[in-house]
Amino acid sequence: MNFYPEFEVERNDSRCIRCRVCERQCANEVHWFDADGKVMLSDESKCVNCQRCVTLCPTRALKIVKSDCRLRENANYSDQTIKEIYRQAETGGVLLSSMGNPNPLPVYWDKILINASQVTNPPIDPLREPMETRVFLGKKPKHIRRNADGTLDTKLAPQLTLSMPVMFSAMSYGSISYNAHASLARAATALGIYYNTGEGGLHEDFYQYGKNTIVQVASGRFGVHKDYLEAGAAIEIKMGQGAKPGIGGHLPGTKAVGDVSKTRMIPEGSDAISPAPHHDIYSIEDLRQLVYSLKEATEYRLPVIVKVAAVHNIAAIASGIARSGADIIAIDGFRGGTGAAPTRIRDNVGIPIELALAAVDKRLRDEGIRNNVSIVCGGSIRSAADVVKAIALGADACYIATAACLAMGCHLCRSCHTGKCNWGIATQRPDLVKRLNPDIGSERLINLMNAWRHEIKELMGGMGINSIEALRGNRLMLRGVGLTGKELEILGISHAGE
Amino acid sequence: MKRIYVKEEWCLGCHLCEYNCAFANSGLTDMVKALRDKPIYPRIQVETDENGVTYAVSCRHCTDPICVKSCIAGALSKKDGVIEIDHSKCVGCLTCVLVCPYGAVVEDGSGVAQKCELCMKNSCGAPACVKGCPNGAIVYEERQAVPASD
Repeated sequence: MNFYPEFEVERNDSRCIRCRVCERQCANEVHWFDADGKVMLSDESKCVNCQRCVTLCPTRALKIVKSDCRLRENANYSDQTIKEIYRQAETGGVLLSSMGNPNPLPVYWDKILINASQVTNPPIDPLREPMETRVFLGKKPKHIRRNADGTLDTKLAPQLTLSMPVMFSAMSYGSISYNAHASLARAATALGIYYNTGEGGLHEDFYQYGKNTIVQVASGRFGVHKDYLEAGAAIEIKMGQGAKPGIGGHLPGTKAVGDVSKTRMIPEGSDAISPAPHHDIYSIEDLRQLVYSLKEATEYRLPVIVKVAAVHNIAAIASGIARSGADIIAIDGFRGGTGAAPTRIRDNVGIPIELALAAVDKRLRDEGIRNNVSIVCGGSIRSAADVVKAIALGADACYIATAACLAMGCHLCRSCHTGKCNWGIATQRPDLVKRLNPDIGSERLINLMNAWRHEIKELMGGMGINSIEALRGNRLMLRGVGLTGKELEILGISHAGE
Repeated sequence: MKRIYVKEEWCLGCHLCEYNCAFANSGLTDMVKALRDKPIYPRIQVETDENGVTYAVSCRHCTDPICVKSCIAGALSKKDGVIEIDHSKCVGCLTCVLVCPYGAVVEDGSGVAQKCELCMKNSCGAPACVKGCPNGAIVYEERQAVPASD
């Protein structure tokens, strides 16, 4: 069934100089030059609204607008709902989507406000006074014992040291390009934070950034071997992902080419489908075995992270993980992004990270095991304000990936699964991959993180707090607006005005 | 001396440098007015080989420029390392176009030669191709090794 295209290409012909940059830069082949009429023409049915052409058009002759041609909608059946039924009736297939849940479900960050000091507890000026944004992730001892000379007697578990409480979360080499990984690795190294390999292994060129790398072990075990485990600063066991809880990763065979297949240790062109469960993990005891296998393999030098999607029983799950020997729990909320996920799962499975985070922090405190693990939260952390709110709700640090992709040029067109990313990020086509110059990509990531660090310091200073450690779990610094009593109870915060 | 260098690895073959060059040297303030419905004669030109490799070619400002030596009219000269052309002196013999080993001197559409002068003579002030390159493939920097044309 044919539909009117979702987007329209509006070309202001009086401004078009026929430079054909739009044509050369569109991997979807929307634009072309008609030599007879000497005009640029377009097939908007192919357009994904990534705006590569708009960005590069030197005379601003182009814009992409959402089509106003809709099917006859009603409050129950939207244009999109109807079209999805048509598409499935035609193909019999599962609908695929990319990036995070786009539906208008509540974003609790936007309903939480941050405190500031007035009169009695003066604010601190971060430009004039030192502010500490450094955090350590890992198991913390219950008691500290010192020797007679004051030196530390207690043996500390391995820790990750972050210059600021933000890390780049897992995106596999394969789902994103070599140059995207290079940008992330270089930026993490320059910033003193960490990036995460995702489940596709580590390209041999990036072992040099190992000190700032978290290597992931997922259910497919792609690219996992001894050198890989030893290359990073921490190992992450991926149990689940916020965008698609309950299923494993899926890399289409078209992306498993060249170095991607070599790094993943799979044949070229084969689909890399990670099983939904780890086939050796059916209990916390099994998880404990994998945690300790990985620790044993790396001589107990590296902290082990267990990453789970935020789901209904997240507090109980986290309590189990905190007893499994893991050093860090990463919780991924339902708005987290993905390179490809079944639409129904992405849009309907999982819970908001804000509620999950608050519930986990409270549960671990109540059980007296909060010091067993650090908590990292992810799943659409969009700004420094989100980071500050997350820390105050109990996180030790945040994971960002969508924001990092945006810094590298992503325009959130949500078409990663097509493998034709015009920005050189979610693609393996060499001509597209080269569009992301890691010199530029890493610089923009560094800029973004430095900007956030300044903002985090300003927000902390406003609260009269000069160390990020003093903000963690400090829910008195938060107030809710427009939230129900139950929501406030779960978040553990008061309503504004209280 | 700062020169324009191209990093082939990052050239996307988008040809924006050509249009930015043509506009910068048009003397006009509006790109549409300068370039619409006209053939362009840029001083930087993107070459493409059979393997799809693209590379933007412009004057290297050689230390020992053969184009200056070959000019029969004295139109080409070297000033502070920049090889300049005086269009009023050029007689259009195009010997410079023939001798340049890089193909960096071209005809300007009116019969005389033109070449990159690093945007020193136009209102841009710094190379427009460098500023407009979306992928950092053209840089303007100081390097140790400099090309001599012969």
